[in-house]
Amino acid sequence: MNSPLLNVSELSLCSPGGILCEPVSLYLNAGERLAILGKNGTGKTTLLHTLCGLQPVTAGTVSFEGLDLRELSGQQTARLCGMLFQHEAEPMPATVYEVVMLGRLPHARQWHWESRQDHDIVQQSLKLLNLSSLATRDIHTLSGGERQRVAIAAVLAQQPRIFMLDEPSNHLDIAFQIQALNLLCERVSQDNTALIMATHDINLAARFCTHVLLLNGKGGYRFGETESVLDSATLSDAFECRVDMIVTPERRLFFPA
Amino acid sequence: MTPVYPPGVKRHMYLITALVLLSVVSLLVAVSTGSVTLSMTELWQAVRLPDGNASSLIVWDIRIPRALAAFLCGGLLALSGVVMQVLLRNPLADPYILGVSGGAAVGALIAITLGAAALWMTQAAFAGAMFSVLLVFGLAARSRHWSSTRLLLTGVVVSAGWGALINILLTTSTANTVQSMLFWLMGDLSQSRPNLWHLLILISGLAILLSQARHLNALSRGDLSAAALGVNVARLKLILYFSAALMTATAVTVAGSVGFVGLVVPHMLRLLGARDHRWLIPGSLFLGGSFLVLADTLARTIVAPQQLPVGVLTALIGVPLFLVILHRGYRQETL
Repeated sequence: MNSPLLNVSELSLCSPGGILCEPVSLYLNAGERLAILGKNGTGKTTLLHTLCGLQPVTAGTVSFEGLDLRELSGQQTARLCGMLFQHEAEPMPATVYEVVMLGRLPHARQWHWESRQDHDIVQQSLKLLNLSSLATRDIHTLSGGERQRVAIAAVLAQQPRIFMLDEPSNHLDIAFQIQALNLLCERVSQDNTALIMATHDINLAARFCTHVLLLNGKGGYRFGETESVLDSATLSDAFECRVDMIVTPERRLFFPA
Repeated sequence: MTPVYPPGVKRHMYLITALVLLSVVSLLVAVSTGSVTLSMTELWQAVRLPDGNASSLIVWDIRIPRALAAFLCGGLLALSGVVMQVLLRNPLADPYILGVSGGAAVGALIAITLGAAALWMTQAAFAGAMFSVLLVFGLAARSRHWSSTRLLLTGVVVSAGWGALINILLTTSTANTVQSMLFWLMGDLSQSRPNLWHLLILISGLAILLSQARHLNALSRGDLSAAALGVNVARLKLILYFSAALMTATAVTVAGSVGFVGLVVPHMLRLLGARDHRWLIPGSLFLGGSFLVLADTLARTIVAPQQLPVGVLTALIGVPLFLVILHRGYRQETL
């Protein structure tokens, strides 16, 4: 039996304000997709940042296929985890193409230029997100949704083993929300990788994710398969707001009452 | 129809070739013009046969060292300008923003006040610059996360402190020393003689920056983004900070605080399309070098036989250039 792609055990989540949650344990196998749900400030981003090594693991362990995160170099981690940030500062000028090409950095060798393959991967990622015609545009001249697509294209070009997405649907219109997540989920099953996304959209989580981690903001959490975690009572409790559910022939829909 | 974006290697090659040519031309112009203007043939004769006649003396003893000093200084300042702008992620950053020039100026002015020889003045300037670097770094790095804002604020505040000290030194000096102080403060190449150390610092700085060029590309997208791409951000920032500081301190000891080169040159290149640091870094060296060589040639010929401090010329050229760039940038943002 292989160790799971991602195994988190007894991980502490701390912010400058204090401890956010009881120690978290969860695992994710190849092909699985995890949604992190919870109110504002419950530690969704902190968890994502800790998992991809941007914040130190203070207590507990995070391991990828049995390898401890703390033993991995920055470059090794960046090949495993592709992070999509919630806010990205873009103060310096750069073209769309250059930003997406940065996704190839974890695969670069010192003193080497981008290979033909790198260019192919970047151009394919641009095409998948309908960005080919914007390739030479400066990132500053793009709309919020276009920038978000550029960021998604960059993380696709990174070809990580686990996509870690902080609010991937930010700024996207509903068509692109579905297109982008379909694309990422296809990539996950094609390449036998995994995906973790922190989101506020319960319906996107229910539709695209196999597992859910629900942080209730009172120090507790629930982790399990989407079907078993998501129900109106649990959600109402976690969000301190009544959440109702409608069952359609295709899926369950959640909305604040 | 898929628009294939040209990776742009060719365009960048043209740019670098043009800048190398510009460097050669600027050096030739600097060496051949002055109180005695030499034609290319005369220049060639003077360079080839240093037989002690007037023109070969002028060329070898005065013009070549001065032109090389200008090139070296311009290159160093432009390189550290690039680094500072990425490090602070602020397009208005220049090599002096963290107090390097202030520290150097206080060192140099104290040496002038004490009537020290030129050699001691350079040593004092260098010591002042490095002291200021360590001071700013020590104050800003207290907390584990030394953010760009913290570094910037610390640098600006320390610079203001140096400014006050400079004013004290200026107001308490005699009229004689004030003029040499002012020349030093404005940047002046008339006494400059480059040596092997300066060259060594330029070459090693260039090599270090080129080795980190792709990481610089990542860092200009933000600390977190760079870290997520596997860049060791803390280590990279430390390397960048100290190499920029060392290069600036060297430039300042050679020519005083020459303004505008470090601020304007990286922006000019970015506007010419060199945003990738693998091109921006060598490009800055050549453009910064030739910019200062040409400015210095103007400084010593424009009101000859009187010489102007080169810093006045770089500012005279730099101010309108920078305003144009700012205006363009503003238009882009509001598009």
